[in-house]
Amino acid sequence: MLTKRIIPCLDIKDGRTVKGTNFVNLRDAGDPVALAAMYAEQGADELVFLDITATVDERKTLIELVRNVAHTINIPFTVGGGISSVADVSALLNAGADKISINSSAVRNPDLVNELALEFGSQCVVVAIDTRYVDGEHIVHTHGGRKPTELRTIAWAKEVEERGAGELLLTSMDADGTKAGFAIELTAQISGAANIPVIASGGAGTMDHFVDVFTTGKADAGLAASIFHFREIDIPDLKGYLSGKGVEMRI
Amino acid sequence: MKTVIIKYNAGNVQSVMYALDRLGANYLLTDDEAEIRSADKVIFPGVGEASTAMAYLRQRGLDKLIPSLKQPVLGTCVGMQLMCRHSEENDATCMGIFDIDVRRLPGDVGLKVPHTGWNSIHSLKSPLTAGLTENDYVYFVHSYAADVCEHTTAVCEYGRPFSAMLHRDNFYAAQFHAEISGNVGQRILENFLRL
Repeated sequence: MLTKRIIPCLDIKDGRTVKGTNFVNLRDAGDPVALAAMYAEQGADELVFLDITATVDERKTLIELVRNVAHTINIPFTVGGGISSVADVSALLNAGADKISINSSAVRNPDLVNELALEFGSQCVVVAIDTRYVDGEHIVHTHGGRKPTELRTIAWAKEVEERGAGELLLTSMDADGTKAGFAIELTAQISGAANIPVIASGGAGTMDHFVDVFTTGKADAGLAASIFHFREIDIPDLKGYLSGKGVEMRI
Repeated sequence: MKTVIIKYNAGNVQSVMYALDRLGANYLLTDDEAEIRSADKVIFPGVGEASTAMAYLRQRGLDKLIPSLKQPVLGTCVGMQLMCRHSEENDATCMGIFDIDVRRLPGDVGLKVPHTGWNSIHSLKSPLTAGLTENDYVYFVHSYAADVCEHTTAVCEYGRPFSAMLHRDNFYAAQFHAEISGNVGQRILENFLRL
């Protein structure tokens, strides 16, 4: 059976992981390659690297990092952050990224989704959607959730699917950082409306939150950062727990 | 030992090259006939659309070269589909190394297409799956798949059973991406290089 996926997310700045981690056994917890290798070893199904810088020099550092990660790990990984052109994507894929994720640039220029799908195939095009609940409606936001757009979240999800996105990475800015659980209802709505996989992000605090997002929320994958980095939840424990609850897992 | 990865317009093969690096294999990415014929092992990768890829192979004569190869050949993903008889993807006539057709996965039964993620494979009987356990997981991303047939050496279920792996004479194929399928995928590539 097709499994649900557990995806740790690493925030990258200047080629280093940004948020601190609690892995005392790692020689250098700021080294994304070492961290990635450890997550792969622990059974992470996929990894997401989010580059939170975007100057030209830093892009070169990112490409080098992607090359090192690709050389080291044998599971799929996605790179996002600051990607706005076919050339950006080409450089990342050539360095060994399996997928790329676009967010603000897709909102600015929706045709980019079509261009990337045509050039590289839908399988490597992840569209990240940051959403916030405003006046009774789910609204797409950009700039890390600070800037509202005119787009309604569910309609936008369907639009990018039609344009050729292969997966959706849905982050609820309302839930993000709260550790109070994923945005279950919205995730279920998006997953029901779109016929491509939905990666749910934002709000994970307990193992039961993952159970909820995979069952009631109908998510195909669950993404989290700090709870993994600070070892509040260990991936082998989480996958064992989910499996015990009847959620299909690769163990 | 020389391994050749066939170069054509079939998307990104960087992950395949890195996987071979991890296994310490020497390889060459080329579309040169002499280089391909003299290789000990040939990998025929593929990401993309079947009819465009077939048109390109025909243009370069690779559609005749590949079926005539005598050394072990491993087709992956779309590479595997192009080794079959015909693909429903834009009605593509393929190379016919495996006597089976490639059909679109059912999207009408509450299943998302493309089939994306880790799925289990069973009924393993390929030399490439030596050392694997029934229902081990590998990573898939595809919308089309070959039916189960006499050449099937691993089966996966997604809406319907399909061929996760095929084998006939010196030709081997995998629908999934062994290069990013963790230690299971690594073992499969290792087994191929050891043939």
